[in-house]
Amino acid sequence: MFHSLGKYILLLRLSFRRPEKFSVYWAEVMREMVSVGVGSLGIIAIISVFIGAVATIQTAFQLVSDFIPKTIVGGITRDSTILEFSPTISALVLAGRVGSSMASQIGTMRVTEQIDALEIMGVNAPGYLISPKIIAGVTMIPLLVIVSVILGLCGGYIACAASNDVSTADYVTGLTDGFNPVIVTVCAVKAIFFGFIITSICSYQGFYTDGGSLEVGQSATRGVVWSCIMILFVDLIISRLLL
Amino acid sequence: MIEIKDIYKTFGDNEVLKGISAIFKPGKNNLIIGGSGSGKTTLLKCIVGLHDPTKGDVIFDGENFTDMDFEQRVPIRTRIGMLFQNSALFDSMTVEENIMFPLNLFTKQTKAEKLDRANFCLERVNLTGKNKLYPAELSGGMKKRVGIARAISMQPKYLFVDEPNSGLDPKTSILIDELINELTEEYSITTVVVTHDMNSVMGIGDHILFLHQGKKWWEGSNKEIAHTDNQELNDFVFASKFMQAAKAKL
Repeated sequence: MFHSLGKYILLLRLSFRRPEKFSVYWAEVMREMVSVGVGSLGIIAIISVFIGAVATIQTAFQLVSDFIPKTIVGGITRDSTILEFSPTISALVLAGRVGSSMASQIGTMRVTEQIDALEIMGVNAPGYLISPKIIAGVTMIPLLVIVSVILGLCGGYIACAASNDVSTADYVTGLTDGFNPVIVTVCAVKAIFFGFIITSICSYQGFYTDGGSLEVGQSATRGVVWSCIMILFVDLIISRLLL
Repeated sequence: MIEIKDIYKTFGDNEVLKGISAIFKPGKNNLIIGGSGSGKTTLLKCIVGLHDPTKGDVIFDGENFTDMDFEQRVPIRTRIGMLFQNSALFDSMTVEENIMFPLNLFTKQTKAEKLDRANFCLERVNLTGKNKLYPAELSGGMKKRVGIARAISMQPKYLFVDEPNSGLDPKTSILIDELINELTEEYSITTVVVTHDMNSVMGIGDHILFLHQGKKWWEGSNKEIAHTDNQELNDFVFASKFMQAAKAKL
């Protein structure tokens, strides 16, 4: 456990050594940003709309009382979407989509000697392969979470429009009432940390793959499992510290 | 010139290399041969720095490579070209991008100059016009040739080749051997080839190192190999009936 943690920290240190040529690394960063950001937009849009709609319906179901104003449904949906559903569920989905792809890509490069080829050329392989992925993760995953929040709230609106539990006017009023901007900060901090966790852990697992195609699959699985565990753990820590 | 001095390499309790010393001269094809598990590839990886030897030194033209850190090794590594057993071409890049990759990172050439160099290297390995193909679209022999083109793109002083004939038909194997031989002589490169292919040994083995049980068992040339009385080497070289028949005719 401590041996792995040490290897992980050393790998991160190697990943952020001065690049051999900035323009080549920059092109890799752009490529990874497109892969992480644009490539994940579809799945994030779909899950966000459904999660927002389900959150609204379930909140409305639990708050059926004449003593509770209907607008509160919008407020609860907004807070739970921004604080928890969008960053955490998006991150868990992205660990599966982006993380497994990164771990298997780097793992395949390892077992087919492509990483050895980079090192023979004098290229800092962790820097060239991992740092662009981490930069793409910490920039694009927060942007995806912003998209997820907007679409989640739209999903809630659609759920209100499609049912008679809460009117759309009450829902929109609830969204704007008693808004505390600190939840946006918490959401952004979570998204940045989750982006780092997914990309760094999965890259680490891929980089130290040893064996053949079977081990590449195992590395990808380990990367996703450890990312999910760390996402939930860091979610708890950030919520405890910032709220 | 590359000199290796008393190289030992241990993995856990398994001592793979047991004090190997040799000198690899420029303009010569230096072959490391031996049976499976004899330590050939481990020795090659120790020489190029993919493994750190447990003990011993690797010296490139008087510079001790083993004592250097990553940054200090970069100038030597830019003078190294290597062809891997499975070619190790970057899957996400075209043939042209693979060849231009080290040029992009380590030279200040313009794009046109880099393209010219890539085209020259492709022409040199008889793959003119294959620039835009991806590795998945190439045959095994073509991948090897692209691997060689990438290895020579930086005009290396040292060329390392790991099992150049594995997975190739005999005719393509001979073409690859001839190509390695031509490049070695043409550019006076110090070439180190790990192989267990006897056609390569007899065809291009200017200087041969035979490893057995992690030790240097025999050293000589392809002209001397047929007349040696070294039992282990004879068992290795003349393992097939074809080679035994060839020996009988000598």
